[in-house]
Formats: sequence, C-alpha cells, structure tokens
Amino acid sequence: MAETTHQAFDPLATGSHARQLRAKFTVYALLVFFALLYLSPLVIIFMNSFRPLEEIVREGFISAPNALSAQYWVEAWSSFCIGGNCEGVSRYFSNTLIMTIPATILSTAFGVVNGYALSKWRFKYDTWVFGLITLGVFLPAQMTLLPWAFVLGKIGLSNTIGGLVLVHTVQGISFTTLFCRNYFVAVPDDLIKAARIDGAGFWRIFRRIMLPLSPPILIVCVIWQFTGIWNEFLFGTVFTSGSNQPITSAIVAFSGSGTGERHYNVEAASVIFAALPPLCVYVLGGKYFVRGLTSGAVK
Amino acid sequence: MTILRAGSPSAGAELSTNSNKKPMMQDPSQPSLAARLARWTPQMVLFPTLAAAFMYVVVFSAWTLWISVSQSTLLPNMTYGGFGEYAALWKSKRWVVSYQNLFLFGALYVLGSLFVGTLLAILIDQRVRFESVWRTIFLYPLAISFIVTGTVWRWIFHPQTGVERALNDLGWLSANFDWITDRDMALYVVVFTGIWHASGFAMALILAGLRSVDGDLIKAAQIDGASMPRIYRKVVLPTIWPIFIAVTVVLLQFAIKTYDLVVALTQGGPGVATTVPAIVVYDLMFQRGQIAQGAAAAVMILVALAIVIVPYIIWTNWRAKKEGQTHG
Repeated sequence: MAETTHQAFDPLATGSHARQLRAKFTVYALLVFFALLYLSPLVIIFMNSFRPLEEIVREGFISAPNALSAQYWVEAWSSFCIGGNCEGVSRYFSNTLIMTIPATILSTAFGVVNGYALSKWRFKYDTWVFGLITLGVFLPAQMTLLPWAFVLGKIGLSNTIGGLVLVHTVQGISFTTLFCRNYFVAVPDDLIKAARIDGAGFWRIFRRIMLPLSPPILIVCVIWQFTGIWNEFLFGTVFTSGSNQPITSAIVAFSGSGTGERHYNVEAASVIFAALPPLCVYVLGGKYFVRGLTSGAVK
Repeated sequence: MTILRAGSPSAGAELSTNSNKKPMMQDPSQPSLAARLARWTPQMVLFPTLAAAFMYVVVFSAWTLWISVSQSTLLPNMTYGGFGEYAALWKSKRWVVSYQNLFLFGALYVLGSLFVGTLLAILIDQRVRFESVWRTIFLYPLAISFIVTGTVWRWIFHPQTGVERALNDLGWLSANFDWITDRDMALYVVVFTGIWHASGFAMALILAGLRSVDGDLIKAAQIDGASMPRIYRKVVLPTIWPIFIAVTVVLLQFAIKTYDLVVALTQGGPGVATTVPAIVVYDLMFQRGQIAQGAAAAVMILVALAIVIVPYIIWTNWRAKKEGQTHG
C-alpha cells in the first residue's frame, strides 16, 4: 500500500553542498516542466470557453485572451445544437447522470455482497465462480456488442438509458466483486468464526462485521464505477442514438463533424461539462482513487 | 484496473469456515427448512451475478465466436459459413494496417508511460515539498475520459488552432507542426496523448513500489559511495520489477482496447494512418453491415488480450504458489 513505510533518509541530502543544490534544482525543474505539460490542456480549454469565437478563429487556442464572457457556458448548457437537437449539453449531461448513478449503486452493492460471500464463505468451486466473474474484467467490449444489441432489443431496452444501466451494471459487477473480494480476504477469519459460533448467520455477519469495515472499499468502488461509467463511450454510441446518447457521444457528434461552422468556445465549455463530474470525484476522493489503482497490483 | 489472481488460494483459506462444519444445535438428520436454506445463502446470493457473468463471459463470447464463422452479413444468419471471414479480414489492407498500428502504438505507449511514470515517481520520491499536489497533477488525466482528452489535444495539435498557429502568430512564420494531419506522424500524436493520459497511473504504482523498498538497502549502497541515479538504476528499480510487469500488462490491455482516444483525436485518420483494431470492429459491425467479419475482428482482439493476460495469470499464480512454499 502506498502509505506504509518510507525509507528514512533524504536522497537529496547527500554529496557536497553544490551538488545538493544542483540536484534539488533539477528535481524541481523537471517537476514543474511536467506539471505544466499535464495542466496545459486544462488551462487552454478553460481559457477558451470564455473567449469570443472570432478571437479564437483569429488567434487559435493558444494565445492570450482579451475579452472574456461566461455566455458560452450558458449557451453550451442550454441552447447549443448537437446533431440537430438544440437543447445544449444539459440533455446529454442528465442522460449520463441518470445512467451513471443507478449503475454505480447497483454494481457496488452487488460487488460488496459478492466479495463478502466469496472471501468468507468457502464452498465447492468457489474459486471457479470468482474466476468466471473476474474474467468479465478482461473481456473486450467488442466481443459483447452484437449479443448485447440482440438482448437489449429482445427485452425492449434498445436505445434507452435503462439498457445502458443494465450493460454497465453487469460489466461493473466484475470489477467491484474483484475489488471487494481482494479487500475482504484481509479481514481475519477468526472474527467470522467467532460470530458463527455465537449463531450469527450470513446476513447478520455481513451487517454487523463486514459492513462497518467496508467504507474504504465502498468509496473505491463508487469512485471507480462513477468515473468509469461516466467516461464510457463505446456502449453509449452503439446502444443509443440521438437525444438518448450519453455526453461522451454528444461530444464526438459535434467535434467530429468536420463540416459546418465551428463554435470552439461553446464546444470547449461543453467539453468541460463532460469532464467536470469525474474530475470533482477525483479531487475529492484522490486518496481512494490511488488505492483502487494499487490494490492488488502491489504486494 | 486490478490484477487478477484467479484461483489463487486466499491468505486464510484453511481458516475459512465451511458450512458443513457449522456447529448447529439441531439434529443433523432433520435440519429445518430455514437451516437448510441458510446453508445455501452464499450460493444463492452469488447466483444472480454468476448467471450474469456466465451469460456475459461464456454465452456472449461463444455467440460472437459463432457469428464470426456464420454467414451473417447485415443481419445475423446463424448458418455455418466457415472461416472465410477471417481470411478476408487478414487480406484487407485496413485490418493489417490497424494491427501494425496497434503493435507500434502499444510498444511506444507502454514504454513511454513506463519511462515517464518511473521518472515522475523517482522525482516525487526525493522528499519533495507538496508531494500530494504533484501527485494530483500527474494523475488527474486518468479521471478524464479519452473522449475529452482526445478532443482537447486535437485542438492543440491541429495546425489551424493549436501549437503551429501560436508559433506563427508569435512571429515564427515558418514554424511547422502538423503531425496530426501527416500520415507518417499522426500515430505519434496518439502515442503522446496516450502517454499523457496513462503515465500518472504508472507513476502511482511505481511510487507505491519505491516506498516499499527496504531503506537499509539504499543506505548500504550510499555508504558504498554510489550516486543516487546509480542507486536507483542498480538497486531500487531492479527490486520492484514485478510492479513493472504488472503495469506493463495493464497498459498493454489498455492499448489493445484503445478506441475512444483515437476516435476523438484523429478518427483513425488521416486515411487509415491511425486506425486501430477496435475501430475496424465498429466499422465492420455497425457501418458496413459485415457483422461476421466484424465478429472475426473482435475475436482477434480477444486473442491479442489472451496472449498478454493468460501467461501473466499463470505466472502470478505460479509465483504465489512458490512464495507459499518457501514460507512453509
């Protein structure tokens, strides 16, 4: 885990004084260089979402802004025309929200219970069950597109947000089960054993012992599912069309079309709307975001 | 994304309780219905997920596999049609180019992300001030979708709106930076953007690895008079090689599945210069009405993934077993 031991020495405090200074300078210079490189797209897009169109057309995206206005954000939200639909990105933003929230909650809820059942209640072939569920993590989406399209059509969920919720929940359970199972394995079995001797059953142990231990992994699951589903593009593009599409598809719809007049400032604001929710989740839950990354991969 | 250890025995497997040994007060020959039900609770709880996973992983895969050898064209036709679509796929120039692109992109993307990630991790490991600020900056691209990433970087790379324009306006009139519209260079734009997106991921994992290295090892090397770069190269990095393998496997997976980034950045162009297999799959299935060939292409993506992941899973399980043996 990231927050455990750290070597108790200062690598920069070695060598002669001049060498130390030089090393320190190099380290910070490199850090600043990379930080600027990483932040530049964010700065550029924010800046241009406030600039008049003619200024962007005249000077490009990378130039100092003269006049600033928030009206492009309003336009992007409520009246920007995407694929002939002039409701702005608000429509697609709420599509994505309506898709992401239930799918996140459902897949996390299933994952926690599954992880508990798989780690603390051994039964015949349990590792096979776990293996099958986690194979879903690796299966490329392309292998499931045609069958999903058929199934969604059969159950009447073609081109609906409900259909996307189903697809994302089924796929997401693989991830959350994997996360939770690996987390719960570390809970001492003696704790469960003692509770069972006292006569506690499956759900009672879950409520009284596992759930109180779960918040860290619950947060990891919620963050990963939320950002993953919010940012997803392929399923949304294949299974929905027109005004039922998620915001990622809407962005491709307006930015991909090479023809027609471009509205760079409104487009930039729209792109920010698409990026903001996962970015907020990341900034608020950064620690858990990293923990989700490192769990399992680092031993 | 986490690394799978499917089937590996959990740390406390032998400690784990087993339903059969449950110390119940009832007569074992006549358990009540409730008790019998209670014994099967874990299996019943897992059943919906198992059914969904079975459908998703086994049935859907078999289904797509069958479509790929069927006579389907625009609509599914499940009559067996042989492996002709695979042959046709490998004869199509577009597919061959996309697979070549995947190799070049995958190699540069993984190596580049590992290099930048390692560099950033080492820099942050130098007890720098505001560590969490640096980490947040380098990792935030991972929270942003490929669609947003690709859209923004396309504006930056495009000669009309981006860097070239800015340089021209600054007075450097002959400045020329049109990689994104250049057939020979466009793939490197995708590589750069991919590295921008993923190197924070590599950094986070490698940094966690650096922090787990025994400090005494480094002190000993320092006393021997080794310089810091040398200590990292010869002592620290070699000890965390399993992390490099784990990161490589995850990044290779990302590379093979790459789709959204290219769609938003270059749409596979100019021409077919940045086309990747996932784009070909989408086009065949949903644009050209050749779903059998599209399914064949999807199966080839699965094969590429399996080539990366199956050896890795076998290797991690083998290592886990070996570790279990050496520890008694």
